[in-house]
Amino acid sequence: MRVISGICYLIHISNLTKRYDKLVAVNNLNLDIGENEVFGLLGPNGAGKTTLIHMLATLLRPTSGSATVNGFDIITKPSKVRSSIGIVFQAPSSDDLLTGYENLKLHAMLYEVPPDSREKRINDAFELVGLTERKHDQVKKYSGGMRRRLEIARGLIHKPKVLFLDEPTLGLDPASRETMWKYIQKLVKEEKLTIILTTHYMEEADVLCKRIGIIDKGKIIALDTPSRLKSLIGGDVVKIKLRAGDSNIEPLRNLGFIHKIEFVNGYVILNVDDASRNIPEILKCVDVETVESSSPTLNDVFLKLAGRSIKEQAEGGFMERYIQYDNR
Amino acid sequence: MIIVRSHFDKIYALWLRETKVFLREKSRLVASTFTPLLWLFVIGTGFGSSTSLTLHSVDYQKFIFPGIVCMSVVFSSVFFGSYIIWDRKFDFLKSVMVAPVSRATIFTGKTFGGMTNSLIQAAILLVVGIIIGIQFSPFAMIQTILVILLLSFALTSLGLTLGSYMTSLEGFQMIMSFVVFPLFFLSGALFPIDKLPQWLSILTTIDPVTYAVDALRNIILGIGSKTFGLDMSILISYAAALGALGSYSFRRMKAV
Repeated sequence: MRVISGICYLIHISNLTKRYDKLVAVNNLNLDIGENEVFGLLGPNGAGKTTLIHMLATLLRPTSGSATVNGFDIITKPSKVRSSIGIVFQAPSSDDLLTGYENLKLHAMLYEVPPDSREKRINDAFELVGLTERKHDQVKKYSGGMRRRLEIARGLIHKPKVLFLDEPTLGLDPASRETMWKYIQKLVKEEKLTIILTTHYMEEADVLCKRIGIIDKGKIIALDTPSRLKSLIGGDVVKIKLRAGDSNIEPLRNLGFIHKIEFVNGYVILNVDDASRNIPEILKCVDVETVESSSPTLNDVFLKLAGRSIKEQAEGGFMERYIQYDNR
Repeated sequence: MIIVRSHFDKIYALWLRETKVFLREKSRLVASTFTPLLWLFVIGTGFGSSTSLTLHSVDYQKFIFPGIVCMSVVFSSVFFGSYIIWDRKFDFLKSVMVAPVSRATIFTGKTFGGMTNSLIQAAILLVVGIIIGIQFSPFAMIQTILVILLLSFALTSLGLTLGSYMTSLEGFQMIMSFVVFPLFFLSGALFPIDKLPQWLSILTTIDPVTYAVDALRNIILGIGSKTFGLDMSILISYAAALGALGSYSFRRMKAV
């Protein structure tokens, strides 16, 4: 554990850089993550999220800079770092010819879980991710969502201090995604654990994370709670269409909760605080034909900071992997 | 003590995984046992039926039997080793490398897996050998198993070395053409090696499989061209060198 000005940091990253031939995947990055925190790294594909995780997990050697995980240096104490972390990779990595139980047992042995507590740990992990009924089935019979949950169980088997989840719901259908969120939230509640998850889904970061680092081109460009990040946008957006003939919007200028008034394509766009409470006030002032309001999303935040939006790109990885498995 | 124990546990866990996967992939097991049987019965009987091919006063089928046992070991060991490309492709290898397990331990677990795998396949052939009339004393059986394990250790290490440098499955075909077949054909598995032209003689001398074939001919047929002791010494040297090369390659293998 590293204590800096009285605060406990479980992960301390300082000037971390990973450079490939021409590309700088992680660029002089500084970041501290505290104990029992659920931290999200949000950014588009190729922003450097996975590279950062791989460096913290000692799978990739940084070009320069340093980092500690659970107080251990990732370069000089890789074995201690590995014992302190659990990791769920972007693509499932369990052996699909083994059963779920056999996969967990294998990892319990690799992580030096004492023989007399192995069975209990394995059973508890299955219970936690809701796979107890299926533990003796071969992994190839699992659905995509179940495979992900098995990976989480595997990541927890040695009671790590930190759990890395690299795009935990990539390629899952919306229903499985929500199930996955439920399990992650349960994990946060029941286990004393720091979770670091990477995602390019705004909603996922918003729902799960206490604090978010927005990452772009290998740098953290914003770091705060989801609600404070969204307040960078300056409140909600209300879009109204005035009834024909009535173009007097002067009364709106006297309302304190309206920050900005713009005219776009015959609509009046208002930037307001707390739209759901204040819309009735607006309706009293002007004669409105239609009204819509929207809250800012993390995508709006990214758009504002990076000048482009987080594109939800085609998701090759997971399903391709699935098909390859079948061809083995 | 605890450290030794946990080391043993890790090797055991990795070995167990390899063995379970091997036994569950039935089609792979059946296919790789069938090919040597085809050689033994079709080539062995086909060439053997031409009367001039009685070598060292044993019939051709029996003459190539030691070579066919080695062939099965060559194929299964090199393929087992290079199969690590699949482990990498499915990120299984990454999940092992992110655990607190040294590369040497992973290498050892893998190699033991490969040796078990090869021994099971060779055992099937040894049973077939007894059926076609080859006689083993218990001592000869132990010697035979020893040769199989040594050769398998050497060639699994070679396969793992090649696999640790390869990133795509296309490399498989290359290994087949440039490693597996030359190792097999140049070993003298199918012909006597004492009257070869010089260029071929040099190549058979380099091939480690030559010494395994010769050792088995010594044990099983009593007709080796070198002494059993010399065969074993050379085989042990190859095994040590390839084992060292393999664990070196593993240490420098990239995780992602």
